[in-house]
Amino acid sequence: MAEPSLAADAKPWNNSAATPFIRIKNITKKFGEFAAVDDITLDIYKGELFCLLGGSGCGKSTLLRMLAGFEAPTSGSIEIDGQDVAKIAAFDRPTNMMFQSYALFPHMSVEKNIAYGLLREGVPKGEAMDRVADMLRLVKLQDFAKRKPHQLSGGQQQRVALARSLIKQPKLLLLDEPLGALDKKLREETQFELIQIQETLGVTFIVVTHDQEEAMTLSTRIGVMKDGKIVQVGEPPQIYEDPNSKYVADFIGSVNMFEGTVDVAVPDTLRIKSPEAGIDLLVEPIAGLKANQDVSVAIRPERIAVTRHKPEGVANIVEGEVEEVAYLGNISILRVKLASGKILKVTKSNLLHDEEPIKWDEKVFLSWSNAAGIVLTT
Amino acid sequence: MSAFQASSPWRKTAAFLARFGLTGRALIIAVPMIWLLVFFLVPFLVVMKISVAEPMIARPPYSPLFVQGPDGWSIKATIGNYAYLWEDSLYINAYWSSIKIAFFSTVLALLIGYPMSYYIARSPEPKRSLLLLLIVLPFWTSFLLRVYAWIGILKTKGVLNAMLMKIGLINEPLIIMQTDVAVYIGIVYTYLPFMILPLYANLVKLDDSLLEASADLGAGPISTFFRITIPLSMPGIVAGSMLVFIPAIGEFVIPALLGGPDTLMIGKVLWTEFFSNRDWPVASAVAIAMLILLVIPIMLLRLAQSKGADT
Amino acid sequence: MKRSLFLPVVSFIGFLFLYIPIVSLVIFSFNKSKLVTVWGGWSTKWYGELLNDPQILGAAWISLKIGFVSATLATVLGTIAAMVLTRFGRVRGRGLLTGMVTAPLVMPEVITGLSLLLLFVAMEAAFGWPAGRGMLTIIIAHTTFCMAYVAVVVQSRLVDMDDSIEEAASDLGAKPMRVFFDITLPMIAPALISGWLLSFTLSLDDLVIASFVSGPGASTLPMVIFSKVRLGVTPEINALATLIVVVVAIGISISWYFMRKKAKT
Repeated sequence: MAEPSLAADAKPWNNSAATPFIRIKNITKKFGEFAAVDDITLDIYKGELFCLLGGSGCGKSTLLRMLAGFEAPTSGSIEIDGQDVAKIAAFDRPTNMMFQSYALFPHMSVEKNIAYGLLREGVPKGEAMDRVADMLRLVKLQDFAKRKPHQLSGGQQQRVALARSLIKQPKLLLLDEPLGALDKKLREETQFELIQIQETLGVTFIVVTHDQEEAMTLSTRIGVMKDGKIVQVGEPPQIYEDPNSKYVADFIGSVNMFEGTVDVAVPDTLRIKSPEAGIDLLVEPIAGLKANQDVSVAIRPERIAVTRHKPEGVANIVEGEVEEVAYLGNISILRVKLASGKILKVTKSNLLHDEEPIKWDEKVFLSWSNAAGIVLTT
Repeated sequence: MSAFQASSPWRKTAAFLARFGLTGRALIIAVPMIWLLVFFLVPFLVVMKISVAEPMIARPPYSPLFVQGPDGWSIKATIGNYAYLWEDSLYINAYWSSIKIAFFSTVLALLIGYPMSYYIARSPEPKRSLLLLLIVLPFWTSFLLRVYAWIGILKTKGVLNAMLMKIGLINEPLIIMQTDVAVYIGIVYTYLPFMILPLYANLVKLDDSLLEASADLGAGPISTFFRITIPLSMPGIVAGSMLVFIPAIGEFVIPALLGGPDTLMIGKVLWTEFFSNRDWPVASAVAIAMLILLVIPIMLLRLAQSKGADT
Repeated sequence: MKRSLFLPVVSFIGFLFLYIPIVSLVIFSFNKSKLVTVWGGWSTKWYGELLNDPQILGAAWISLKIGFVSATLATVLGTIAAMVLTRFGRVRGRGLLTGMVTAPLVMPEVITGLSLLLLFVAMEAAFGWPAGRGMLTIIIAHTTFCMAYVAVVVQSRLVDMDDSIEEAASDLGAKPMRVFFDITLPMIAPALISGWLLSFTLSLDDLVIASFVSGPGASTLPMVIFSKVRLGVTPEINALATLIVVVVAIGISISWYFMRKKAKT
């Protein structure tokens, strides 16, 4: 048998011949008049770690629950591995869910919790307990088999919940804010563990989260959601470098946003008039823009250089006064006020223990190339 | 799903019955539903029917609703019983008297119960658990026997009078038994735990920092109590009061054992109509009148409460 | 914060108020004299009379039997009702069921008793069942009003419970009945036990409803006590009361001990 290829490497979503594993077609869920999920169509491929990312109330949890079978869609269809699951109840679906609250059975030991799904399938007790032991080793909880959930820490409970949901080798694992309850350090460690486990077992994961850093770390692809709709789907670098709207640009990472109007396009450069910036912004040209059209230009803080002297040969240069400096160790974050009153956020990595660090109230020059700005029309 | 499951006779029967709406789920819902319909709802229809009948020397002692006459079936009903209730002042007086007694008993229970609940709620463990235990213990012992206990205390040749006379506080025994006073004492006594427990549940959740904030902003203890504590404990006050007021209105045992012939409570009136006067139709009419005048408004109140509140 | 003596003093008086009658019951059960005003010396003769009184013992036995059956039936029915109302989603007739389940809590006992008796009489006249009134009719009556209490207790526990645990079981392949027996039932077990105990106590203590729906040969303990105490103070009853207080006190202490032990783990 050939080595299963990692979806992260093979990138089947770029291959038009590949068959999607999960097909969500025009799914809508209404509660009365309110559409929590509004006509979503999405294809997810086998072996992906797909993240649904959005703020609270965007419909991501509702979509997840429809996949699990806890909510019935108002309209639309869901196919898992070619099978229409609409009529299939939650306990018969080839999906398993890891709940935000972990939902461990308080009156059963860790072992019994994890074995539960197997026993319901009809697996003989002996075999089930062997598989439980294997799973406990995978999540590094071998010594905790006989304990009850309330005797475990938050991180340990989370791993039991994961083990319990994976042991049935579901076609699809649904995770609802899996790392939300963990503290920062634990979250970082667990993120990588989660990826390793997913790649080892080859299970397709769909993760719901509001934490964009988590989505960026974990995913093969991200689906950004807003108001019940998916606004952009793509790999993390794509979403970061090429957001398709102000909403996505602003949601992922930090961004400086200039408003302006389209001026002139010369062969390599597009000119955007922006009173906010105080200069005409030069960006790489994109198709489909009309003269005098209102656009926004998004620039990531790490793309802006800060200097005391005016730089040469850079496309965009503005002047400003440093309002605030936050020293974070590896980077510094500066807030610089331009003549127009607009404040830009700039991150500077502290690579060199160099010259005088930039201080408050200093007058500085901010510059960036014409490749740094992203033009957004929505 | 395994092939075994698909073809098992259970599944086939279930699928067959499901066509008639007889799913497993429907059967489960039906069990309590049917029980309550038969043993709770239908009885009221029967009461209504008998309330419009006439008393007869017969078994059962009331006239039938449907009478077979020469021209076929006809309905024989009379509102005479209701008219009788309205005309005889006994019933109206009993109705108001019940409400009055229940109301003042509730107020007294609140006045005694609130400080006790507050004290218990503010006590540290393990004292708090112990005190709660002491409140709950009378609740689990027989209601009837606790009322009986007061007979020995309150009667003319009872403990209270004996002690008061011995100390020399009074010369003649106080007549308390068989008066309204005894009924008040009885109701407040037996229902006090019902007032204390919901109040306690509410007060124990009261955030101390709110009281501290009030003091910090310049309010003295009395002001804090009336402006902060009381409004915040209102759900507990209402719950406790309802748990005392509502059952107290229809009480029978306490007025029967501690009250006198002058003590008018509607529960006792109904009992007497039925057991002493053997007038089933009038007793039924009293029951319907009680329902309309007391129970239904109370149920509507509770419905409104549960829709408004959300704890 | 009230540091004054007001609260402790009032509370002390309140506790005295609660316990003086109980204490007096106990003390006078040992009074050789029948009169309350005369202390005749310590004696346990009333206990002897109590334990030799066939009427009281017979009635106690009947009450225990009725209590046991009613409490069990009420717990089953009340739990089903609570599950239907909290976990079954859209139910046709939900409003009706809610109303019927909670109404007995506000219904005066005289009305419940009267209405059930009239029902039984009418049913007997129409179908011949129930043939005469007695233990069966009392059990039916007690079950009906006790299930309301059980439903309230179980319902509040179900509502507080994290229902994602039941969803997790369902997600792992357990069918609804399985979820109930494997997951829900163990988690609501304390509520079921309190509901049972509450129903048992209410049934044992009920006078009014039993008086209405009872029949010859089925006198419950409260009915016997009531007929005796209407005539005045009888020390035999004091002895009975003392025994009941002792049993309850022991029961509560045991449950308190277990609850504290559980809380410590």
